[in-house]
Amino acid sequence: MRFFVEQLTFGLTDGAIYALIALGYTMVYGIIELINFAHGDIYTVGGFLGLTAISLLGLEHASPVVLIPGLVVVFAVAMAVNGLIGVTIERVAYRPLRNAPRLAPLITAVGMSFVLEGIIFLIKGPNDVSYPNLLPSGNLNLGFASIGVANVVIILLALGLMVALNAFIQRTRIGRAMRATAQDRDAARLMGININRTIAITFFIGSALAAAGGIINGFYFQTIRFDQGFRAGLIAFTAAVFGGIGNVVGAAIGGFAIGIIIDFIGGYFQGGAQWSDVVVFSILIGTLVFRPTGLLGTRTQER
Amino acid sequence: MKRPSGQRQPGFLERARSFELRGWGAAGRARNVPYLLLGIALILFPILDSDSSQVNVAADAGHWILLALGLNIVVGYAGLLDLGYAAFFAIGSYAFAILASGQFHIHISFWILLPVSAFIAALFGVLLGAPTLRLRGDYLAIVTLGFGEIVPRVFRNATPITGGVNGIVGIDQPRLPPILGWDGKFGFNPVPYYYLILAILILSIFLINNLRNSRLGRAWMAIREDEVAASATGINTVTTKLLAFALGASFSGFAGTYYASKLFLVVPESFSFQAVSVVVLVMVVLGGMGNMRGVIVGAILIYTIQTYLLIQLPGWIDSATAALNIDWLTKLDLGHYAQQSNYLIFGLILVGIMLLRPQGLIPSAQRKVELELGTSEDSLAELQGQV
Repeated sequence: MRFFVEQLTFGLTDGAIYALIALGYTMVYGIIELINFAHGDIYTVGGFLGLTAISLLGLEHASPVVLIPGLVVVFAVAMAVNGLIGVTIERVAYRPLRNAPRLAPLITAVGMSFVLEGIIFLIKGPNDVSYPNLLPSGNLNLGFASIGVANVVIILLALGLMVALNAFIQRTRIGRAMRATAQDRDAARLMGININRTIAITFFIGSALAAAGGIINGFYFQTIRFDQGFRAGLIAFTAAVFGGIGNVVGAAIGGFAIGIIIDFIGGYFQGGAQWSDVVVFSILIGTLVFRPTGLLGTRTQER
Repeated sequence: MKRPSGQRQPGFLERARSFELRGWGAAGRARNVPYLLLGIALILFPILDSDSSQVNVAADAGHWILLALGLNIVVGYAGLLDLGYAAFFAIGSYAFAILASGQFHIHISFWILLPVSAFIAALFGVLLGAPTLRLRGDYLAIVTLGFGEIVPRVFRNATPITGGVNGIVGIDQPRLPPILGWDGKFGFNPVPYYYLILAILILSIFLINNLRNSRLGRAWMAIREDEVAASATGINTVTTKLLAFALGASFSGFAGTYYASKLFLVVPESFSFQAVSVVVLVMVVLGGMGNMRGVIVGAILIYTIQTYLLIQLPGWIDSATAALNIDWLTKLDLGHYAQQSNYLIFGLILVGIMLLRPQGLIPSAQRKVELELGTSEDSLAELQGQV
């Protein structure tokens, strides 16, 4: 029981990070049907932006009174800057190809991924960069098991962001514009929705959430690396597909589910950790082949 | 996206016919002279290069050209984005390494395994393709990407069979009967490898050229342009795509066998997305999707950038900044950056080509029209008001 609860907590924590990345994939795919291969690297950039903000504010050794408002600033700045980077990428690399043959934006997205990775590589080098852990330490004793306070904070933080996102999409005018654009771009345009702006906002939100994921990941694992976005991106995309691509709630559920699967494989099977990626990518292929709509998705029309 | 309907097709057919005819007429012979000269130069090249160092570089470049030609079948002809091409290269390499090394004390001849490992790679192409080629194009890209990540990890983890992270060392090398005072052993001498890959390449170019002009090749291009219309004309789209996948994979199987035997070892790390799949994709995209000449030029260019320019450039930059003797310029340490910038360069090539010249450096005339004016997929979508 104890072991199970611990593994579940680890899984949910990893899953929270994957879910935050998966939201960006699923929103972008939902609205322009593009697999944004660069999204994993946008997540890495977000992590590094957070690191820069932390050291600029000198939060590594700050007292708790300064730390909490400081962290709010770090998250806000990193998410905003990363959002703008996402919007810039869309404007420069994807928008000119919106009506091009399908292959073209896909190849550009792969290229953008490498451009970002290359830039981080040049600035930060090929090695692990250490990240301060600014999350509260200590354990919560539940009697039958004890779980880290940090894990609880991460899961609650991610859930909070997801609930906020869902409310934004369901309740606000911009959210309604996003849903309308995803359903039928031309009809939405006829209704007076500014399509370009709506797509830009989608990229902004997706990239901002990825930055939050990147910072949380840095705190939790205390290292960050220029190419971490490739694997994390592919796993998060699996989560988005597993939950039903284009579906925000699905991406969140998919993220947590994939996180739990990865940690259970590593926890319950001897030498399982080295096979977890193989299992996850097999889930990706399996889902696309047998149930391309995922757990919650609706069938997207083949064009 | 406006295009006068029905104009492209007859134009293309005429071009294709005149291309075939050109090869045989008197004028055709004159056109072939540069190729003939190039062929002679390529054959004489090892004799002129006394210490064989450049021959070695050329012999290594050869398998990259082969990989690019194979991927061009999938991406250029059939228009399917395969981001896991490294997987088939790895399968070809490991198939040869397992069947021709001390790993299990099996030593089957290189010449038998060359087609066998290509067949094994093609088989895996079919295994992956059969369930997934029904999916839409972008799902296929992500499925192949996933497959490309699974295969090297399986090779890394299946230690009893594949040697795990250490890979397989001591792979057999090709042998020929002794001729003209040469004992027929390839060893570590690059010259026989050079002629071997040259022969494989010439054969492959001949085969692929014939494939392209065959019924199958035309079916690939029809599917690339408009899958629905191709299907309506009686083309079995799944089988046709599957053949593109399998044939593309088989060429990377050839390349893998050659690569493993020349390098003498295989390790799982050399088959990653970053090390192979993207590099080959950049070669194809830069040269010109769908055009063999372009793809070959693209492969040579990228190989040169990767193995020569990026290694030589830091030295040049350092000596240039030292000669200029400008303090801040020296401090920037540009040379250090140059060597590490291959990710950035590849990314910029992919983005830049797609935005500015999607047909590549040396375009296929037909692909150029499609990429500039759009394929009828878009026109159909436009008609239905879906753009």
